[in-house]
Amino acid sequence: MINYIIRRILYAIPIAFGVSVVCFSLVYLAPGDPLQTILPSDASAETIALVKAAYGFDKPLPIQFLKWLGHVLTGDFGESIATRRPVILEVSGALYNTATLTTFAIPISFTMGYVMGAIAGCFPGRVLDRVITGTAVFGVSLPNYWFGIVLVIIFAVQLMALPATGMGGSGSADFNVFRWADARFLILPVITLSMVPIGVIARTTRAAVAEVLNQDFTITLRAKGLSEFAIVRHVLKNALPQVLAVMGLQFGYLMGGSILVETVFTWPGSGFLLSKAIINRDIPVLQGTILLLSLIFVTINLVVDLLQSVIDPRIRRN
Amino acid sequence: MVPLVEVNDLTVRFVTREMTVHAVNGVTFSVSPGEVLCILGESGSGKSVTLRALMRLLPPRRAQITGSIRVDGEDVLALDAKGLRHLRGGLVSMIFQEPMTALDPVYTIGHQIVETIREHKGGTHAAARARALELLELVKIPSPERRLDNYPHELSGGLRQRAMIAMALSCGPRLLLADEPTTALDATVQIQVLILLRRLQKELGMGTIFVTHDLGVASEIADRIAVMYAGRIVEEGPVADVLAAPLHPYTRGLLASTVHGQSRDHDIDAIPGSPPDLRIVPTGCAFAPRCGMAIPQCRAGIPEERHPSPGRMARCIRVDAPVPAYA
Repeated sequence: MINYIIRRILYAIPIAFGVSVVCFSLVYLAPGDPLQTILPSDASAETIALVKAAYGFDKPLPIQFLKWLGHVLTGDFGESIATRRPVILEVSGALYNTATLTTFAIPISFTMGYVMGAIAGCFPGRVLDRVITGTAVFGVSLPNYWFGIVLVIIFAVQLMALPATGMGGSGSADFNVFRWADARFLILPVITLSMVPIGVIARTTRAAVAEVLNQDFTITLRAKGLSEFAIVRHVLKNALPQVLAVMGLQFGYLMGGSILVETVFTWPGSGFLLSKAIINRDIPVLQGTILLLSLIFVTINLVVDLLQSVIDPRIRRN
Repeated sequence: MVPLVEVNDLTVRFVTREMTVHAVNGVTFSVSPGEVLCILGESGSGKSVTLRALMRLLPPRRAQITGSIRVDGEDVLALDAKGLRHLRGGLVSMIFQEPMTALDPVYTIGHQIVETIREHKGGTHAAARARALELLELVKIPSPERRLDNYPHELSGGLRQRAMIAMALSCGPRLLLADEPTTALDATVQIQVLILLRRLQKELGMGTIFVTHDLGVASEIADRIAVMYAGRIVEEGPVADVLAAPLHPYTRGLLASTVHGQSRDHDIDAIPGSPPDLRIVPTGCAFAPRCGMAIPQCRAGIPEERHPSPGRMARCIRVDAPVPAYA
């Protein structure tokens, strides 16, 4: 097992390196010159050369990359072009706000999705299965920003029961989920964000459970005289590795924050930050956000891999 | 002696929207306590379906079962969920063909035996584990202590099947159902598992129904043989008699098509044709289209059981008449 853990961690390193290369190249892949945003349009050739040298853009690409990587590894992601604040502060603040949403959206959506999918998978073709599968398709196909707007219209505008946008009077710095006045602001965005993962996980679980039920060993379980409850426990454990893979992806997506949902609710999370950075062509912020999110993604997948191998020891062999 | 198993006029039909498959068509047999009955037949003859019907393991929504099944006096087809759980694993247990897919891959061997014991006998985990260890010793698994914590994929095919047997024996069943338990194993391992099964069956005095398509296996383990064809028992009798003097042309064909020391240049006599389509209800003898001795009367009606001597039965209208060797 320890060998397997070490092997998986070693596999993650080249992936993380690849991600950093892509993030670095963003500056060059993005349309337009990064210096355009800083320099006036009528800058002379000498000024351009001067600024290039100041930012290190005159060096060969590999050198630039290594310098950038060195800074990144020490936590220095540069400065935001738009706010002049260190990128690391901008990104960590936004990630923290998104994590607040995720902390609630994950348990809700994962539990609901898994339970719904398990029920549907145990009774394939029955009415309950059709209802759940239909709901899941609904959750996946509905544009969630539109669903968010509908929720705002109903609960904020019509019923005036819940706030429509933002994080409340105390702002993001003082936001306290244990204070009802603040926690109210979480409700609509969390519901909106949970829709897609509920649908995706319910569908995956249903398929996995139905597949496991088709395997020969479920007949053995029946032939042993086990209770239905015990049989379902076997089936769910067998279905879990597949579902975990999808849960890991959904976790990653949620940490990335939905640009559209966070924009609808003006929630200052990572999605919101990304959209601002794109509009302002704030390349350092974009680089930093994408790099951190990618690393979170890689980490989550690593954890999922390890969990899968704990549940199904056959995975360790390949 | 009161029979342990009494099956009377059992029929199983699989009904889907597109078609109905007549898998078992009026099967009647009985097994005494401690007796080994071998059901012999090709794939699709209904032998496995018959076995599964005995434990009501067929999908309830698609399989229509009629007739009667009594095991140890219990009417199996009338049992409620609780009675069925008691029957399965407690009174009757089953060994499957492919131990790789028949064991749950994500639980250890020990866990799978322990949960069976605790379901039927209750008791502490430690007591059940101690019993599981005894069982692994009983089926001659080397270093049983360690094997308890192994997952099925960590065991060889032969050991897996031994673990499967240990699990089946865990609650002291009176009837053991074995569905081609040696077919998926290597030839050398096959013999070992067969000898083990034979010994355990004798020691524990279990009535056993052993399903196989392998005549050699049948002759090794059976007291009596029932030959199935197209969902019907076409011949039944004591193993030595059936193998020495088969009555039904199909049984004769099976014997002739087995390799047993013919000279190399002598072709094996395969039975011509292929088994019938079970979606169509036969009106005559189902074997007639492949039978070299068929006469028009064979197709006129389903042959009745004939008993030319005590303990022997065959469904062939030509049984009473002396028949020439199978062509």
